[in-house]
Amino acid sequence: MITAFGRFIAMLAGDPLPDRSVPPTGYTARLTLFTSGAMAFLAMFALALSLATGRLADRWSAELARTSTLRISAPADQLDAQQAAAIKLLETTPGVASARALSTEEQQELLEPWFGPDIPIASLPIPRLIEIIEEGEGYDPTGLRARLQAEVPGAILDDHTRWREPLIDAASRLRLLAVTAILLIVAAMGAMITLAAQAALSANAQVIRVMRLVGARDLYIAGAFVRRFTIRAFAGAAAGSIVGMLAVLLLPSTEVAGGFLTGLGFQGAGWFAPLCIPVLAAVVAFFATRAAALRTLRTQS
Amino acid sequence: MIELDRVAYSYGGGELFSDVSLNLAPGSFQFLTGPSGAGKTTLLKLCYGELRATSGHVRLFGQNAREMGRDEVALARRKIGVVHQDCQFLDHLPVAENIALPLTVAGRAQEAGDYLEDLLRWVGLAHQAGQLPPELSGGERQRAALARAVIISPDVIIADEPTGNIDWEMSQRLLRLLIELNKMGKAVLIATHDMNLIRTAKTQVQSRVLRLNNRRLQAAGVDL
Repeated sequence: MITAFGRFIAMLAGDPLPDRSVPPTGYTARLTLFTSGAMAFLAMFALALSLATGRLADRWSAELARTSTLRISAPADQLDAQQAAAIKLLETTPGVASARALSTEEQQELLEPWFGPDIPIASLPIPRLIEIIEEGEGYDPTGLRARLQAEVPGAILDDHTRWREPLIDAASRLRLLAVTAILLIVAAMGAMITLAAQAALSANAQVIRVMRLVGARDLYIAGAFVRRFTIRAFAGAAAGSIVGMLAVLLLPSTEVAGGFLTGLGFQGAGWFAPLCIPVLAAVVAFFATRAAALRTLRTQS
Repeated sequence: MIELDRVAYSYGGGELFSDVSLNLAPGSFQFLTGPSGAGKTTLLKLCYGELRATSGHVRLFGQNAREMGRDEVALARRKIGVVHQDCQFLDHLPVAENIALPLTVAGRAQEAGDYLEDLLRWVGLAHQAGQLPPELSGGERQRAALARAVIISPDVIIADEPTGNIDWEMSQRLLRLLIELNKMGKAVLIATHDMNLIRTAKTQVQSRVLRLNNRRLQAAGVDL
């Protein structure tokens, strides 16, 4: 692998003379540029999706993991007493930073999306909700449940596990999907560059014959094609990446669209990730063209 | 340097020639004649490893051609200067770059320098150095092919009808160059129909004339 990488670097920095041996124009040049550009553009979105879903999974995981809800269902005349007992118990529980009962207005806000703004919340037997914020390593849910059962019989602790796991699972699957898309894009680009390289080699059969007659070795001849295709793939992918980054930048903001798509994009060090796409395209082109060239030259001997 | 030992070559189900033995030893100067279609060009291709014999042995600089890999053949060709009948240029490269191509592919492009200019002057192409091969006349292409064949100072020079498209004066200059190179120890093999060229050469250099006819290679008399 080190040898192959060394050859890659030497080829990029190397002698451009072999390049001149192959006619500079041809539809394979445009095909390679277009393919690399289009694939890089698509890869940019897949990369953005991958990073966004990763962030989403982390955020959901962190937010839901740091909060819990205590629900108190009791006869109306016991609700206040049980709420006070629960808060007192929580305040003395290690790992609990704060515990706060949601106000009637806050509960109304929670129910509004489902029942509308005019819900008569005061006349409904709605359980009291206490928001728990954790600190440090968090509390021991088994111990807390045991204590609540003894001291606040109407309390049910929801540590959000049943919400968190499916959400994180969904985000992880989305990320897997995005990574799979990137791999497929890379494979498709490799296949298309291989076909373009083979077409170029076939179109230049006479050039190859002349070079062989004057003593050119296979690696020299292949180098003429490899270097050219690698540079084209890099240039095409760089252009496609720039357009892709602009497209990601121009995605609607949170205020306009809302929802999941607002998180699609790059943040912080994530903006460096797109720089890998042209390099990856060049590496793929190098190995795809090299393999295609050497295989074709073997069959043409 | 190049030896053919009881070589046969078949093509399309028929035998083109057989039992052909030929030795391109250092300092040898040989002409190959014969009717069109007798297989002269094919025989030359066996000598520089472009084709492989159906039977018999071809040795290129001591190596059995049948056992040589493509890269070994490529290295052997750097010791053989070939003037092809159809010249074989890279049409998108200027004449000067085409002539320097054997040095370029051998990684010795920097050696061309003044020598390339002298060579271009000698073959009368100093003013055509920047032109593309399709812009040259037949004779100019032939001279460029000769320049390309000798630029790498090969041990063996093989020419296929080198005077086919050039005038008498240029063919004499070409012959003088080949004789000079031969005196330096290079082996020369020329396939030609040009009897005047052979007769002139025989007055200037110890040479051998071989005739490929009826699938056999035989020594021909001076009267031809």
